[in-house]
Amino acid sequence: MALTKAEFGQGVRSALDDPQIRQNFRSAMDGLIRKRLSAFPDPDKLERLRLEAAEIRAKALSRLPDLLQQLEHNCTRNGIQVHWAETVEEANQIVLGIMQRHGATRMIKGKSMVSEEMGLNHFLEQHGIECLESDLGEFIIQLVGEAPSHIIAPAIHKNRFQVAEIFRDKFPDIPYTDDIEQLTRNAREILRRKFHDAPVGLSGVNFAVAETGTLCLVENEGNGRMCTTIPPVHIAVTGIEKVVERLSDVPPLLDILVGSATGQPITTYFNMISSPRRPGEQDGPEEVHLVLLDNGRSRIYQDEELIATLRCIRCGACMNHCPVYTRIGGHAYTSTIPGPIGSILEPQKKGLDQLGVLPTASTLCGACGAVCPVRIPIPQLLNRLRFEGVSKQSGKVPGAGSQRKRSEAAAWALWSWVHSHPALYRLATSMAGRLRGLLPNRIGAWTRVRTAPRLAARSLHQLMAREQKRS
Amino acid sequence: MSEKTREYPETPGRVYFFGTCLIDLFYPEAGLAGIELIRREGVEVVFPQGQTCCGQPAWNSGYRDQARQVARAQLDCFQDPLAVVVPSGSCAGMMRHHYPQLFQGDADQARAIELSGRVFELTEFLVQVLHIQLQDLGPPTRVALHTSCAARREMGVASDHLQLLQQLGNVELVEPERKEECCGFGGTFAIKHPDISAVMVHDKAAAIRDTGAEQLVSGDCGCLMNIHGHLQHQGAGLAAEHIASFLWERTHGAD
Amino acid sequence: MNQARERILKRLRKDQPGRLPDRPPRKNLSPPRSMADNIQRFRERLEAVRAEVHLCRTEDWAGILRQLMQQKTLGNLRYGDQGPLAGAIRMAWEGHDDAPRLISHDNDIGNWKDELFDRTEAAVTSARWGIAETGTLVLWPTPEEPRSLSLVPPVHFAVLDSASLHDSFAGLVEQEQWSSGMPSNALLISGPSKTADIEQTLAYGIHGPIEMIVLLIH
Repeated sequence: MALTKAEFGQGVRSALDDPQIRQNFRSAMDGLIRKRLSAFPDPDKLERLRLEAAEIRAKALSRLPDLLQQLEHNCTRNGIQVHWAETVEEANQIVLGIMQRHGATRMIKGKSMVSEEMGLNHFLEQHGIECLESDLGEFIIQLVGEAPSHIIAPAIHKNRFQVAEIFRDKFPDIPYTDDIEQLTRNAREILRRKFHDAPVGLSGVNFAVAETGTLCLVENEGNGRMCTTIPPVHIAVTGIEKVVERLSDVPPLLDILVGSATGQPITTYFNMISSPRRPGEQDGPEEVHLVLLDNGRSRIYQDEELIATLRCIRCGACMNHCPVYTRIGGHAYTSTIPGPIGSILEPQKKGLDQLGVLPTASTLCGACGAVCPVRIPIPQLLNRLRFEGVSKQSGKVPGAGSQRKRSEAAAWALWSWVHSHPALYRLATSMAGRLRGLLPNRIGAWTRVRTAPRLAARSLHQLMAREQKRS
Repeated sequence: MSEKTREYPETPGRVYFFGTCLIDLFYPEAGLAGIELIRREGVEVVFPQGQTCCGQPAWNSGYRDQARQVARAQLDCFQDPLAVVVPSGSCAGMMRHHYPQLFQGDADQARAIELSGRVFELTEFLVQVLHIQLQDLGPPTRVALHTSCAARREMGVASDHLQLLQQLGNVELVEPERKEECCGFGGTFAIKHPDISAVMVHDKAAAIRDTGAEQLVSGDCGCLMNIHGHLQHQGAGLAAEHIASFLWERTHGAD
Repeated sequence: MNQARERILKRLRKDQPGRLPDRPPRKNLSPPRSMADNIQRFRERLEAVRAEVHLCRTEDWAGILRQLMQQKTLGNLRYGDQGPLAGAIRMAWEGHDDAPRLISHDNDIGNWKDELFDRTEAAVTSARWGIAETGTLVLWPTPEEPRSLSLVPPVHFAVLDSASLHDSFAGLVEQEQWSSGMPSNALLISGPSKTADIEQTLAYGIHGPIEMIVLLIH
């Protein structure tokens, strides 16, 4: 279902009018901006790290098909079962198939944006399978049926009182508390049983190393390790673009990922999985599955400008620094991934006819591009998608041309005609100057919050022409 | 994408001045001031009457053919190998960083690249090429500087803005909190997403008022129109000027 | 499903972007740190995230472990009784009848999962390496010291020989030639578990251990 400009506007307004959302996001983003700055005190060193990370990702992408085959080969050799899915439907069916083969009706999940992309929880629930989120933020919003509003901190739009209310409502036996440490302990107690009992654990993948067939996971809480260690079956889902070539590529990426995302030197846990339980080992899953999801990535891959979108390592820095995201929050975007990266990735996956409004909801201030650890030129790609949105030619992007409006196209045609004919331009501007008293004081939405700009009596052209006449 | 290091030429005898359409229509005095600041250093300024707009509004809206048509007309105006000085981070950024892409594969690609190599934002030109020395003749005042996103990130001239204002002995220079955050203008963004733009300009205006400045100065007229328009709407008494106007007024005495 | 594989690879190979040249090998721009600096850095990083670090000697770490267990009034300690720490632990426990009970199992987790989750108060494991730059322990779990020991019990003791302390993760991967063979699970652990999912406020002790104590043998 297409997100119309009007619907987007409604979502925007409801966020802007909600003081809780405004405040929660403002203080959260300010904190994340500060933390990132303190993680990288040396600007020159930071630029070198960004360059290196960008090169690692670009290089891996340039060899993607070979690396995917190498990854598959090494994973398989190590006992990890590799599955390929072109669409989210296929991916969901693969996961369902694994669940059904084991007669499993419950799954415990670590944080995975790809599983959000798949709509996995909803799909499995329709087949009588319970999917429980174990990441604290995801757990909280699952209790109230909401989608994540940020890719690193899913419940960033909730303050502690809102969380306390949710816990009181859903767990009436637990005494009310809005103390964050106590809430955290309560979540620990609730979820420990689930880790213990779950027949299947699901995770995402931060980096998939082709050289050794290793799946790498980043986390602070320990729920990811729980999901990938205790249940007898572990299913990992990932987009195909997450492959890196070598093990030696991982430390610099980990470094800049964590610094950019949370400002930490490293996350509490970095979990590197290369096989199921080996003979003699007492614990660890007996089966490990890797689901490789395409869902439009191979199409994005083919455009030599837009391929940069696929470098993303999902740190969230772009949205943390975005003045628009900070004010409208994540839900207003309606896409799996919000913010600047979401505004270029999601319309490419779902089509500009569905999400073509997102690339326009930016001032192109460049804050995102300046902080992206892998130097994705987000403003440039936003501009490109605006072009694709209104272009008549059959573009490389689905839904190209769908944003073109005849009235707007006509306005730009007129504008360019006037501005490419200097004599016409000077005539129009001198007339505007003369008639400026007739300019209305109210000009649409501009003047709701600003005074109307005042045309000068004489343009610079006229003043310079007069000066030249005198000399 | 953005300017980190740039090699600057020696002082030229003669330069082009690209006024920008916003200055042309709404702040022509800023254009004159910019020209005077350059002339005062003994540099001749050429103002081709054929200039109109850099084409950015259409470029940012996705209408690249229309943007190119207008940009091509500018290529025709600035053909001599002279520096093109632009009193706007945004328009300078368009010509310097986006013209090459706009003309990719076009017959005028070489011309566009050549032009882009000699485009300078005004404060950058005054500091890095002309090395101007300013003598403050005005009374003590507190001034808030707003540096546009394009000036900061595309052209890398935030330090040049600061350097010029810091030369003025009677000016107490302040910058608002969250100075790096966008004011919400974004050209057509203010028209297409007015609600988001309104809260952004509201926050920016509040931060500027909180500095206690008597006056707002910026190198970009789009931002100026946006922020000053909001300040006026709110009845705040702050004056607002383009940095060129401010610098000229403070330093040219009664001549 | 194999159709999906073929179609995906085919699309990726069509009009493939040019292969980028090989990157020059990464130069480690920081000078190597001395052992003393590394120990200090390692300690600072861990203590900054509420881990405890105790400097010990080969002959006394196990006794210190026992004492810490008693100070923290922990009733039992899970360990790998066939593992590299076993001998020293048993020796340190000998003659101390009031010492916390030692638990170990030598079979599938199915037999001891309940005990692990519900009745294990602490566990101790060796750490194969450490990383000074980030205050990190590197565990390669083995049959003798299963992965869940450093995950499930609320208190985790880790024993690390300072001779195995490396400057950085990048250096460790290269010098120990990880690419020649990875274990089923390699773990980098940099403190007790934590979260900032509520109001971006740090709270320690969520799903992984609530407390982490490092016994650094020097």
